[in-house]
Amino acid sequence: MSTDRTMRGKVVVAGIAETTYYKRGQSPDAEFKLALQAIMGACENAGISPKKIDGFSSYSNDRSDPSRLAAALGIDDLRFASMQWGGGGGGASGALANAASAIATGMAECVVVFRALAQGQFGRFGQGRQSKFIGGEAAQTMPYGLMSPAQMFAMKVNRFMDDHGVKQEALRAISLAAYEHAQNNPRAVMHGRPLDEEKYDNSRWIVEPFHLYDCCQENDGAAAMILVSAERAKEFDHPPCYVLSALSGSHYRAGAPVHNTPDYATSTFKTVAPRLYEMAQVKPSDVDVLQSYENFTGGVLMSVVEHGICAPEECNDFFTLENLTLAKGKMPLNTSGGNLAECYMHGLGLNVEGVRQIWGESPNQVENVNVSMVTSGPMVTPVSSCIFGSEATL
Amino acid sequence: MSDYYLNPGLAIPRAQPDGLDAEYWQGLSENKLIIQRCSSCKGWQWGPEWLCHRCHSFEMGYEEVAATGVIYSHERIWHPIHPALKDQGPYIVVLVELPQADNVRVVGNLLGDPEQPLKIGAEVTGVFEHHADSDPAYTLLQWQLA
Ligand SMILES: [Zn+2]
Repeated sequence: MSTDRTMRGKVVVAGIAETTYYKRGQSPDAEFKLALQAIMGACENAGISPKKIDGFSSYSNDRSDPSRLAAALGIDDLRFASMQWGGGGGGASGALANAASAIATGMAECVVVFRALAQGQFGRFGQGRQSKFIGGEAAQTMPYGLMSPAQMFAMKVNRFMDDHGVKQEALRAISLAAYEHAQNNPRAVMHGRPLDEEKYDNSRWIVEPFHLYDCCQENDGAAAMILVSAERAKEFDHPPCYVLSALSGSHYRAGAPVHNTPDYATSTFKTVAPRLYEMAQVKPSDVDVLQSYENFTGGVLMSVVEHGICAPEECNDFFTLENLTLAKGKMPLNTSGGNLAECYMHGLGLNVEGVRQIWGESPNQVENVNVSMVTSGPMVTPVSSCIFGSEATL
Repeated sequence: MSDYYLNPGLAIPRAQPDGLDAEYWQGLSENKLIIQRCSSCKGWQWGPEWLCHRCHSFEMGYEEVAATGVIYSHERIWHPIHPALKDQGPYIVVLVELPQADNVRVVGNLLGDPEQPLKIGAEVTGVFEHHADSDPAYTLLQWQLA
């Protein structure tokens, strides 16, 4: 791609914030208030006035309407309001990409990327629809008892594990790493609630190959990040955290109905990851730390493979607790505890943690991080990823 | 013991009001697996769409295909999502590939012991499960090892 058509290095993260994270239904605050709290927190973290925000970017049909937000915050000049299509957390890095491209192209100056969820106040994820009749694609699956995300995605993961001889222990290591990291993160919902091999092995099946601990939590809370032009990188107290690349997409007929995408056993990143690296001008081996969206551990496994960090036939050797944690790890993974053990803020918490790793502020800080990658929402379509870089990467 | 693989109470499938999948549901009720085939390039396509993704013809027809296939992937479900399945116990969903129709795939349950071992590539035969007592009546396509 031509260098004048890239967002590489044109945008920095000015501020981040997360509300208190709650178990589903336990937020004392309304969902919209949570969104405002996260946005106000990100402004404070950046040291800028909320009135300076001029754009909003979110995903997965977030209910906190940008015009209501702009009115609530007293914003003078709303210039950008963007919703990334697609369900699940596949849009987390995509929302960031949309915000960054708005800034890079001069449409807006200061865009907040946010996600707010209070599932207790609205519908829950992962629940079967209980209407009397069903039509369309769902009519081909629900009458057979195939209705939840876990059930939709286990079918892909089973095929991948069978194709490549991946063992259950590889999935377990992803879960154990998240819980281990969460023990150092006071924000994590699972802080103080460690997981070990025995507890994992004895936990109930949700749908094979997913035990309970292979599945993301359900939570209430909100997260926000503020993006500005890289020209302003030195205005903030944090070391600059550049967006090296952020984009979304999916492969040929990824959305073919009734599980008919030709390339089925995939996290959907096979076309996205090469473009991501090309724009960022980094290689998989340059990635210092990885936040990889866990709707289910099997999705993480395929995401890591499809981002070129481990070959499919190497999964059993690569996915060990040691490799995925700090001390001697090949690829420290989900260092806040991630969706499994910190909070399921629909994955935006992973992007926030990716920034903290560049800033040196993670509860599980990797040494000398220059390249920090985030992958969002495996197995859905579209998916998205982003790569943050330190000043040294420019 | 129900005549059906899953306990009753799940949502009743209905053809779309726009007619896109009407032949499919009508076919099942007549013990036929009828899926989309392009009238122009003769390619098979599933799920149904208004346009052929290969040649971009809008002339999508429906044609009967043998209800035999191979297991492309599978899953054993333990945690019930829908209240109707609260006492179901484990059950198996299979993704069945139809080699005789460009390897399109359909979803169904695998009949028999819900704790049976599962094998990708196993050959399966369709079993039409008629829910005549439902209002309106409908038919599902289940699978058993060949
Ligand atoms: Zn055609």
